[in-house]
Formats: sequence, structure tokens, C-alpha cells
Amino acid sequence: MIRVETATAAETQAVAAKLAALAQPGDLLLLLGDLGAGKTAFTQGFGRALGVTQPITSPTFTLAQQYEGTSMRVHHLDVYRLEQLDEVSDLGLPELLDDNAVVLIEWGDAIVPMLPADYLEVRITFGEGDDDRALECTPIGPRWSARKAALQRDLGGSGPC
Amino acid sequence: MSDFSQILGIETSCDETAAAIVVSGQTVRSSVVSSQIELHARFGGVVPEIASRAHVELLTPVVAQAVVEAGMENSDVHAVAATYGPGLIGSLLVGVSAAKALALVWDVPFVGVNHLEGHLYAAFLEEPSLELPLMVLLVSGGHTMLVNMKGPGDYEIIGSTVDDAAGEAYDKVARYLGLGYPGGPIIDELANEGDPTAIDFPRAMRNDGYDFSFSGLKTSVVNHVRKHPDVDAADVAASFQEAVSDVLVAKARRAAKEYGSKGICIGGGVAANSRLREAVLDACVEDGIQGFLPSRAMCTDNAAMIAAAGWYRLHSDGPSRIDLGANPSLSL
Repeated sequence: MIRVETATAAETQAVAAKLAALAQPGDLLLLLGDLGAGKTAFTQGFGRALGVTQPITSPTFTLAQQYEGTSMRVHHLDVYRLEQLDEVSDLGLPELLDDNAVVLIEWGDAIVPMLPADYLEVRITFGEGDDDRALECTPIGPRWSARKAALQRDLGGSGPC
Repeated sequence: MSDFSQILGIETSCDETAAAIVVSGQTVRSSVVSSQIELHARFGGVVPEIASRAHVELLTPVVAQAVVEAGMENSDVHAVAATYGPGLIGSLLVGVSAAKALALVWDVPFVGVNHLEGHLYAAFLEEPSLELPLMVLLVSGGHTMLVNMKGPGDYEIIGSTVDDAAGEAYDKVARYLGLGYPGGPIIDELANEGDPTAIDFPRAMRNDGYDFSFSGLKTSVVNHVRKHPDVDAADVAASFQEAVSDVLVAKARRAAKEYGSKGICIGGGVAANSRLREAVLDACVEDGIQGFLPSRAMCTDNAAMIAAAGWYRLHSDGPSRIDLGANPSLSL
């Protein structure tokens, strides 16, 4: 796990941009954190780094938003309202991952058992000050584990992998 | 061309199953809305799969009731209009498929309607004499936007949310405070007992352009409650509501001035909020322009506005193709 502390939403977005630089089509990122932690802010930084020019807004209402980046698509999902339910299959995750795209899922905690065991977990927690956050990035499965060294190098965070 | 005056509207974009008969885009003969709020309350928000199934069960009786309440027979319907976006894909598909089936069986035109366009026509159903151009503030669980309405079918979005919709902020704050769903009416009521000046929540981008941002406000509420666990929830509700209304009205007002609007009108579920309604009226009186607040039933999702918008669309563009698909992220 790699831990990075940020003091502003912009810093969180800069971390997201570094992760985006390592992203490949077919990647899955799980964004965990309480209400207001900055999951959508993270996705905004991530998407912009991939060349998305449209505004990235909260997907809570529509469940899924799709954006065009320069070299790959970005699918932004929100399972906030699905968390107690067994209907993740309706989201069509395999098709989304197969769409030359990277997929980010907000509030993914409760659906972990239904996901392929191959993703990067990004947990965002509150710090002392109002805007302080800690981002804990944990590779689960082969895709992101293969990039551990690059994650460690580019995020420059603390903590062993 | 016959005038296709009697239109059946169908609305299933989110959690209301609705059907209505409207004549010539203006006269509401019936408007039936069957809400699923109780079904979704225990989940703290609309659950898409539950919504689609409920639409399937409710739509046939709701359509039948709309026709009967209008004092009509099925054969009196001249065209069928249905919302084809934006909204939840599964829910939209139920309404669109039903509307196409009815149109084919009755041998009448089918017309797809943009849900947001429906909200723009809602005000005209109650107040046909509204003067244009009009600044319309559309605020709901899925949308927050300012629309400069120059004429029927002629409008321009001048600002929208860059993150969360206003209604979404209401739902999330209510859920965070443990108040239940839907957040709008619950916070509205609780705010009556609180002090709107108790907490000075931020007004993001209030004096800056016409786009909106409510994500930071939501985070501020969370931060405040984390630091002051004993805070009075009524004060939080009142102060939060004040911050939302203040930003919405400040922008609508500034936009109305810049675009030379004859008045300001509100629509969408959040337009039922009592503080927002009061603030819009105060602003309009002060600025000497018309302020129009549709009834709460007309602000929230209904099919009368879809039938009205369908009538305008049918007369400007003709019927939709029968292979028109539902589009969850359709924009105005």
C-alpha cells in the first residue's frame, strides 16, 4: 500500500493525474471514502490527465458517465445507491473494461465480492484540517501489482508496497 | 394535417410513473403521478432496478387512469409522447417502449421528448401568458442549470453544475445527517426549526459565472458535523438550505439582468423547496421582473409537461422515428 497525504483538492487531483499517467485500457480503479472525501474530485483530476475536456460531474444520478480521453475512454460509475443490492451485473462491467477504457467506480466497497480481483484500490480518508486527505493506493491482482515500482516512484508516498 | 391536439404523455425517467392527457399543449385534462418514494426510502435513494420493475407494473394502470380521468377513450388520443432522456436507462426504456407500442396499436404518431424540455414547458401549462425571454432555473436530483428560454423550442443553457446537482446535495446531506429520503422535503421541514445564519457554509462560485458547484458545500457540512458532533441538525439543515438558495437565486438574478429576461421561473424537484421559492419571489419583486413558481406538483416530475412539450415537438419537427432509443445522458 502506498500512502500519500494531500492538503487541497488540487493536490488530490495531482495525485490522480500521476495515477492516470500509469493507466492502461482495461484498468479498474475502486474509489473508497466517506461522503465528501473527494472521490469525484479525484476522478476529475484523473480524467483531465487523460485528455477529457468535458466537465466530469457526479455520476450518482445516472450511475454511469462516459468521457472521451485522447488515447482511451473513461467510464465513471457510482454504486452509492446499489450498495445493498445484487445488481452490479446490470452495470455491464466486463463490456466497459473491454471498451478501450479505464473504469473508475465510486463507493465500490460493498460490491468487491462481485468484481474481478484485479484492480487498484484508492481509499481516501479525512485528515486533521478541513481539506487534508490521505490517499492509500493498494494494488489488488496482477495488473496493478506489476506496476508497484512505478506507483512507488511516481507517487513518492510513504509506506511499503 | 390534423392538429393532433389530444396528446397522451408518459414520463418514467426516474422514480415517478406518470401519464397525462393535454390538449393543444396547454390544457391539462388529466395528470396521474404514481410515486415510488416509499419503495426507495429504505435505500436512501432511487434504486434503478427497483424503479424499472415498478414502472413496468404501474404504467398500464396509470395510463388507463389518465385516459379515464380525461373523460376520453383510447381512440381519442391523437399522439403518444414519452420521455426518452435524460434519466435512468432501465426506467426510460419502460416508458419509451410502452409509448411506441401504444402508438403502433392505436395507429397514431409517437414523439420522444427531452425530460428537461418538459420542465421548461411546465410553467406555461399553469401560466400561458408568461412573457419571453424567460430565465429558467432547473434544479433537481440530477440537474442544476440556468436556461435562457427565448421561445418554444428556442433555448440556451447558460450554466450548469460542474459536480453535484443541487438535489443530490440535499439527498446526500440528509443521508449523512441520518434524516432519510428524499432529502429535499425532509431538510425543508427541519430547516423551519433551525437558524439559517447559525453556520456560514461556503457559497461556491456565487459571484462567478453561471456554472454551479455543490460538492464543496456537501463536504463543508460533513466537516462541520465531524467537528461539532453535538450540533443541532435543524441549524445544519437551515444553514445548508440557505447556502443552496442563496447561490441559486444570486445566479438566476444576475443572469436575468444580463440576458434581459422578463422574468425568472423555476422547475425541477428542488423548485418545490419553500426557502428557494420565497427567495426567488423576493428577488423578482426587488428587481421588478415577473417571478413564476409553478405548483409543487408541476415542479416535480409529471407527464403533463411531457405531453405539452410533445405537442410542440410534433408540430415543429413531426413524429419521432419508431426506432428512437432511450438516451440516459441526453442534453438540452
